[in-house]
Amino acid sequence: MKAVCWQGVNELTVERVPDPEIQNDQDAIVKVVATTTCGSDLHLLSGHIPEMHAGDVIGHEFLGEIVEVGSGVRRHRPGDRVVVCSVIGCGRCWSCRHDLWSLCENSNPKPGFTDMAWGGSTAGIFGYSHAMGGFRGSHAEFVRVPFADQGTFTVPDGVEDTSALFTSDAAPTGWMGADLGGVKPGDVVAVWGCGAVGQMAARAAMLLGAEQVISIDRFPERLAMTARHVGSEVIDYTTTDVPAELRERTGGRGPDVCIEAVGMEAHSVGPEQVYEQAKHQLGIGLDRPFAVREAVHACRTGGSVFILGVFAGMVDRFPLGAMMNKGLTVRGAQQNGHRYIPMLLDRVAKGELVTSHLATHMMSLDDAPRGYDMFKTKKDGCVRAVFRPDI
Amino acid sequence: MKRVVIGAVSLAGTAAAIARWLATRHRGTAPMKDPKAQRRWLAVTINCLPEDVAPEGRLPEPLAGLDAEVRIAKAPGDRGTELYARPRTPLPIGPSAIMAKLRGDDPRDMVMSALRQVKSLIETGEVLQPDMPSGAMRPAVPGSTRGKVVDMAAVRAAGERRL
Ligand SMILES: NC(=O)c1ccc[n+]([C@@H]2O[C@H](COP(=O)([O-])OP(=O)(O)OC[C@H]3O[C@@H](n4cnc5c(N)ncnc54)[C@H](O)[C@@H]3O)[C@@H](O)[C@H]2O)c1
Ligand SMILES: [Zn+2]
Ligand SMILES: [Zn+2]
Repeated sequence: MKAVCWQGVNELTVERVPDPEIQNDQDAIVKVVATTTCGSDLHLLSGHIPEMHAGDVIGHEFLGEIVEVGSGVRRHRPGDRVVVCSVIGCGRCWSCRHDLWSLCENSNPKPGFTDMAWGGSTAGIFGYSHAMGGFRGSHAEFVRVPFADQGTFTVPDGVEDTSALFTSDAAPTGWMGADLGGVKPGDVVAVWGCGAVGQMAARAAMLLGAEQVISIDRFPERLAMTARHVGSEVIDYTTTDVPAELRERTGGRGPDVCIEAVGMEAHSVGPEQVYEQAKHQLGIGLDRPFAVREAVHACRTGGSVFILGVFAGMVDRFPLGAMMNKGLTVRGAQQNGHRYIPMLLDRVAKGELVTSHLATHMMSLDDAPRGYDMFKTKKDGCVRAVFRPDI
Repeated sequence: MKRVVIGAVSLAGTAAAIARWLATRHRGTAPMKDPKAQRRWLAVTINCLPEDVAPEGRLPEPLAGLDAEVRIAKAPGDRGTELYARPRTPLPIGPSAIMAKLRGDDPRDMVMSALRQVKSLIETGEVLQPDMPSGAMRPAVPGSTRGKVVDMAAVRAAGERRL
């Protein structure tokens, strides 16, 4: 079959690789119908996530049709149209039972890496380095899906592929930020980043009852898209002092909940950008927490900051003093999608959650390297490039 | 198919990412190596009752097949059962310790991996197999050592928490 392979920093090729097979009884094989780029892939591409091997198939946000099931699969059969959660969860360990699916204790066959680096191992993720299990990704014609009863969700009739697709990763991630960030009716919520994840977080905050939601980015087309499709207020951080603007818009308090949806390659207009980039070029760079720093600074006293953006290692100059003295709650997680996907599909079906506008570019699998170039450089208003193996 | 370079080329490669990853590890506040490192119990907590770990006193495979001391305790609260084990055999030292790590028969790594398998079998009924490699690796860039560094680490991926 055809698959998109990581070959090195910023290098992708489309290759012929062997078809996946059922390896465990609880596996299913999914024929990919649509699979999309995610900001997390950019961290893999730029070499910020270790344990990528040349030839690894990338991609983790996808939808398809079940074509084969192992003897232990009970809830699905060939022919089911399913969305697949990007994170793999067994459903039976203590973490899964407590709805902390991205901490599944049985879905990462290579737990040594994360155990060593972080002092605890985390769940497997499709197409996301050997630290997260080395599972082959979804930018391919077929994918092996372990624990298929837990991780695949039947798409309701009447929901289009390109709407359901984003309930695999971007929508549950955004929802988790608002939910575990503790958004309550009447809250003011600020979201850093107007990518698919940030837009979904802003929409989730509204659906959870936030009275005012403010989204922050620098790309005019992303700000306009967020204002139009999500309905939040927007701020361009390149022309505005963000904390000052937020204080002014919130009676001097600052947002109750700040959601960071930017990640370790954050951009900055300040001198810190030059400093961090020089360190990166010398191979001594750390993750860049510009948006996290700003969120901690802007958050109201006693408020909460949720980090959705992916970080891998250490950061410099984390404002621990502000966090401690302002009594903030800071949390983060890889997404616990299994907990939210059925509810999200339901909301998509009812029209409460609109996702299809995120699919700005549709192309074939062969075009994936070009799609990633557009997505990385945000060319032509690219928010998500969607690849369809059948084109 | 030709290689496509995405965005701007960066000087820092995966070797730098691995260095950063290793730098993430916690360095203890104590100045010396853990004097108990070789004898510490290895453990997993299993989401089940203590009697389900060793029904009628019989230890589950693959732990039963190893020469290891084992103990079982109820975990606090709703956390299930703690299963502890450590090798009885003397541990290899010096170069043979390094060889054992690379061959995958380091006694502590074998015990840790058996504990994980027992946990997975009891909780899910299977041990999840990693995907077969795609086999789509392009020839390494001449002079690059990155493949080797990664492979060395991969040997230990299921073992104990140390490098
Ligand atoms: N926690 C999870 O499970 C999970 C799941 C999916 C994605 N992610 C992460 O979420 C992040 C966003 O993903 P995405 O797909 O939306 O990516 P994206 O690249 O499409 O969007 C990121 C946005 O952040 C903006 N940005 C950069 N610097 C900023 C700053 N200083 N202030 C405000 N905005 C800034 C960029 O302009 C861009 O629009 C990534 O780090 C990704 O890895 C996490
Ligand atoms: Zn993602
Ligand atoms: Zn689990």
